[in-house]
Amino acid sequence: MTLVQTVRTPVQLQGCAKTFPDGTRALEPLDLEIAGGETVVFLGPSGCGKTTTLRLVAGLEAPDPGGRVLFDGQEVTPLPIEKRQVGMVFQSYALFPNMDVAGNVGYGLRVRRLPEAERQNRVAAVLEMMAIGDLAHRRIDQLSGGQRQRVALARALAVQPRVLLLDEPLTALDAALRERLRVEIDGLLRRLGVTAIYVTHDQSEAMALGDRIVVMQQGRVAQVGPPRDIYFRPTNRFVAEFIGTMNLLRGSLRGGWLQLPGGRLQVSDGTPDAVEIDYLCRPEAVAITSPGTTTLSGRVASALFLGDRTRLVVEGVGQQPLVAEAPGRRAFRQGEEVGLQLDAQDLIRLPT
Amino acid sequence: MLGGSTKRRGWGFWAQLAFTLLVCGFLILPALLSMLAGITVNFFQGPSSGLTLKWVLQVFELYSDTLLLTLGIALACLFVTLLIGVPAAYVLVVRQTWMTRLVEEVVTLPVAIPGLAIALALLLTYGGVGEFRRSWGFILVGHVLYTLPFMLRAVMAVLASIDVRTLEEGAASLGAGFWTRFFTVVLPNARSGILAGSLMVVTLSIGEFNLTWMLHTPLTKTLPVGLADSYASMRLEVGSAFTLVFFVMIVPLLIAMQAMSRLERRARAVRPPVERQAERAEVGERPLEMPR
Repeated sequence: MTLVQTVRTPVQLQGCAKTFPDGTRALEPLDLEIAGGETVVFLGPSGCGKTTTLRLVAGLEAPDPGGRVLFDGQEVTPLPIEKRQVGMVFQSYALFPNMDVAGNVGYGLRVRRLPEAERQNRVAAVLEMMAIGDLAHRRIDQLSGGQRQRVALARALAVQPRVLLLDEPLTALDAALRERLRVEIDGLLRRLGVTAIYVTHDQSEAMALGDRIVVMQQGRVAQVGPPRDIYFRPTNRFVAEFIGTMNLLRGSLRGGWLQLPGGRLQVSDGTPDAVEIDYLCRPEAVAITSPGTTTLSGRVASALFLGDRTRLVVEGVGQQPLVAEAPGRRAFRQGEEVGLQLDAQDLIRLPT
Repeated sequence: MLGGSTKRRGWGFWAQLAFTLLVCGFLILPALLSMLAGITVNFFQGPSSGLTLKWVLQVFELYSDTLLLTLGIALACLFVTLLIGVPAAYVLVVRQTWMTRLVEEVVTLPVAIPGLAIALALLLTYGGVGEFRRSWGFILVGHVLYTLPFMLRAVMAVLASIDVRTLEEGAASLGAGFWTRFFTVVLPNARSGILAGSLMVVTLSIGEFNLTWMLHTPLTKTLPVGLADSYASMRLEVGSAFTLVFFVMIVPLLIAMQAMSRLERRARAVRPPVERQAERAEVGERPLEMPR
């Protein structure tokens, strides 16, 4: 008997914009297709429109006229949330204090008037799946943060939602617990294969969980793509700077060589010569070697030992100090000359 | 308080205790004397004249209808304030606009305006409607006006503290329509506020004098008005016996109110902070299981 089933519902947003009554434009018209079973993460700073988008899919907000939300090809725009059969996990969990854990998890089934016996079976199965079967009769105020989080997930999954919506579900937890639950949620989403939309401002959460990430900025989509694309091939400056650390290398391009104050770097993307051109690179792509062995060098301005690696700030390479990460045991002195090596494929050029 | 009991107490502690007891005695003594007078055969001779329940019985004989009317009005007042106050509190909390804030202020006004002024306004407006003026409904209206803010405040405070809007969104996401949400999530979680408000309303209604004194007729008298009446026109012992009856009615309500607020405080204290170090180990020890 399969008690915990999943449906893989494709979700489409067509021209969904949102203007609040006070005139604030929270979301510019958005078109997005989410495949059945896919996990899409909305990532961005606060106020970027990610939560608004989630609430549009949930049915807690209605899009401006003209916007359409489709589940499995059928329009659900006029349906309120209670008719959309979604599962939602709130940042504050929104667990009902007047019910115990089983009562919370069974609430959606009670509302749907499922027969008592079936309801109990389903609740037990979901609790078992979330490894909280022994908490079934605890009151909500007797649970720790992590346990509440699991109850909230169990409650959302018990109704076999067409789409699972998670609104910053880990933000209220401390770092260690967040890390662990992130791994668990990832495993859960993979196994269940439910279509999931996950909202967060935490980029490592987004990288770990998303099949695709939608980076948002001021109500617009800045970039959509798999985590690796977002990280290695940002298409605009906002994404490049919002995700991780990025170094700017500004110089002139002559005959396939980028000329910088600290030397030169070979470029292999066939860009024509230019007087001024910007390339970007990640700190971990920069390899530190002895001076004189490379075409590019600089001076160590500061070295921060982080245990597994040393974070260096190197001056005299480009116009701005360059951040590099050196693995291993080597210690660096301030003012020390170092050689820098960068593979051409690690140089990122933003489309103009 | 372990530290306090092992430490030697200085003279400051004893001076404070003595002062506190003195003040308490000063305040409680009149009430005790008054109640004692209610069961004394002759007040002017003192308790040595003997104790009796004669006066109390006399109060019941003379004022039993007043007693019933008081309770009737208090319960009716409770019914009306529940019916208006709870939904109103819900709307005021869930919809925060300038209009709801205005309504909130206006509804709170009767607390600040002297009861006499409210009564006068009611008399000026509806005094001419004979049937209404003569019925106990007239007093009920005054009581509702006066007690409604207390019900509103108590319920609103609880609804705001539980973040009722998000709770409702949670219930809605699970498929619950408005009325289901209201009865299964909003009301049960507002219970402590509704109870506190109810006790407040009943207590205030039973003890209300200003308004009621202005609005009453010889046939619609409540306890406090009857009390004033008996002090003014009867033996002191009867008036005191009246006080005794009044006390017996109101004190349990006051104690219940105290107990309620203590329970609520404890419930809040029990709630753990969102993350607790010790319980981190509990979560995630057992791996999640595969769905069957």
